Amino acid sequence: MRPVRHADGRPPIKRLLSPLALIAAWQLASVIGLLPEQLLAAPSAVAATGWDLVVSGTLPEALAVSLQRVVLGFTAGAVAGIGLALVAGLSKIGEHAVDPPIQMLRAVPLFGLIPLFILWFGIEETPKVVLLAIGVALPLYINTFAGIRGVDAKLGEVAAVLKLRRAELIRHIVLPGALPQLLVGLRQSLGIGWLALIVAEQINASAGLGHMINDAREFLRTDVIVVGLLVYCVLGLLTDSLVRLLERRALTWRRGLLS
Amino acid sequence: MAARTAELTEHVAEVRGLARELGGRQVLAGVDLAIRRGEFVALLGRSGSGKSTLLRAMAGLDNDVEGKIEISGTAAIAFQEPRLIPWKRVLANIGLGLRGDVPLERARAALAEVGLDERADDWPLTLSGGEAQRVSLARALVREPALLLLDEPFSALDALTRISVHNLVLDLWVRHRPGVLLVTHDVDEALLLADRVLVLDDGRIVHETVVDLDRPRDRLDLTAPRASILDRLGVISEEPA
Repeated sequence: MRPVRHADGRPPIKRLLSPLALIAAWQLASVIGLLPEQLLAAPSAVAATGWDLVVSGTLPEALAVSLQRVVLGFTAGAVAGIGLALVAGLSKIGEHAVDPPIQMLRAVPLFGLIPLFILWFGIEETPKVVLLAIGVALPLYINTFAGIRGVDAKLGEVAAVLKLRRAELIRHIVLPGALPQLLVGLRQSLGIGWLALIVAEQINASAGLGHMINDAREFLRTDVIVVGLLVYCVLGLLTDSLVRLLERRALTWRRGLLS
Repeated sequence: MAARTAELTEHVAEVRGLARELGGRQVLAGVDLAIRRGEFVALLGRSGSGKSTLLRAMAGLDNDVEGKIEISGTAAIAFQEPRLIPWKRVLANIGLGLRGDVPLERARAALAEVGLDERADDWPLTLSGGEAQRVSLARALVREPALLLLDEPFSALDALTRISVHNLVLDLWVRHRPGVLLVTHDVDEALLLADRVLVLDDGRIVHETVVDLDRPRDRLDLTAPRASILDRLGVISEEPA
């Protein structure tokens, strides 16, 4: 859900008051000792630690490792999800071949696969990337497939009357017609993708953000844990706004309710 | 069987013994129809009389009809809703699938012919109903069809827009001289535009009126044929003249 916005695109001041009050209360509770540091570090401590982690290079290093997992897993998942959706969406034979196994895979809880992945792929990077890729591929597949099948049959008749070749039909009618739904899938994919990364990084990671957080737990460094969580938040928000930007650019033809 | 391209001399389209069953009902029961080069034919019929089915078959959109359809050269169609591709700008819609030399320039010329050259780079969803229908006509005509099929293209337009699009269609027809088959349920529209008006009922052509009057036509001159066509359509009591 989108927050209420002013015409200039910024949230109204009123909406900033309660979060700021919460942070102030948190800080106060830490200072007077109501909130022990072993449970949750004070906002000021989190900020200072965040700065230290950046300067010392710990955070950039961990971030680089995590981002590499995301890029690899996301790329593999996107290629697989969209590719399979094209195969299934563009022909009945493809649908019969591809759709049943994917629907079966969808019924399997993603994180329940972790023990198997550890047995199959070990505890290095591969199981993490594969988990992420599957998490990304499924929503993209489902939405792209539905998008392709949802393209107005009347436009298909137009293509027939205009004597478009099959490749032209796919390029000019089917794919652009499926794009809005594909982008919905992309946003769902990113949501699941970040979740998959966080879970995957908790298991046997020797580097990355998850490792940093796990390490901090051992030493009761709640400040480092909070910094790690904040970084996850920022990454999630960044990719989400990236997709929104993409949506705005790719779907300018839609005369939206609010544009 | 889809429409086949053939070498016809006198006619741009010949339909013989066309039959189509749909859900156990005989929608078309042996239709014979021929359209001469440059002839404007209107096909009238009540809802469910099979007129759109006939038109779709002639456009090659129905593979389950029986009988013979021969089209000389290309056929183009303008649908009831303009059916523009919403994610292609106006000009790209007209040029879509256009082969041969300088397709975009030809598309631009066609757009100018329907008076919308300034909208070339706009999205279809920003057009009014009349404008969209004009673009749809340009998209059909840019293919230089020997046969132009019009599937109630005026029925969704408001009365004033309809008059101007009628005039546009006549203009374009005079300039390009395709054979035209206009499907409509509006008797006045058929009589104002067409050389020949056919009435389709129960899957057969049951009536033909030749309208041998110069255009633009005066509605007053059309009273007599109008009455006889309405009679064929089963509209009983017309107000006395």
